[in-house]
Amino acid sequence: MPSADDIKQRIEAALPDASAEVEGADGVHFQAVVTSPAFAGKTRVAQHRMVMDVFAGELGGSIHAMALTTKTPS
Amino acid sequence: MSENQLRDAISEAIKDNDVILFMKGTPEQPACGFSARTVGVMQALDVSFASVDILPDPRIRQELSGISQWPTIPQLFVNGELVGGCDIVMEMYESGELAQLVGAEDVAPAPAEVPAGAAVEQDGLLQPENRLS
Repeated sequence: MPSADDIKQRIEAALPDASAEVEGADGVHFQAVVTSPAFAGKTRVAQHRMVMDVFAGELGGSIHAMALTTKTPS
Repeated sequence: MSENQLRDAISEAIKDNDVILFMKGTPEQPACGFSARTVGVMQALDVSFASVDILPDPRIRQELSGISQWPTIPQLFVNGELVGGCDIVMEMYESGELAQLVGAEDVAPAPAEVPAGAAVEQDGLLQPENRLS
């Protein structure tokens, strides 16, 4: 099972200049706040998809759920 | 109704209604807390919206998610575009972006009321109803 830190590192590796704060001690439910300049000008749906795509095939399976908040750096 | 007909009917409903919410249950009787919160936001904005209960037939959700490429319910569409689910709707409500998007005027964000009740009506399979909030 992935740890919150695994999830954080995968998001930060996949998205340009992203920083992620991830919580989720049970290994299947996570909460992530992701900040990346790559989100600029995109709808929230598009921003969420960029993060969800990192876990394509795992969400709904080994990862049950991820509550997501996306931000652009201020 | 075949899957293709159902998919066409969903696409038509999204196209024909400026604001449409696909949810579990009805605005009067939401069957899920996320749907209830989203309805609460729409009512707080005092905007009229069509709604579709996805529960009566599992194919509605399947075809909807096929169209939107979005896995969860509820799903709010404005002007034919997916705005998001409960979290995104809440966030955009609190920032004022949602009021702007749906053309609600002079509505200061306030805590959204969550309608009570959780029973599911079985009528009206994919018959979007225009409801005044």
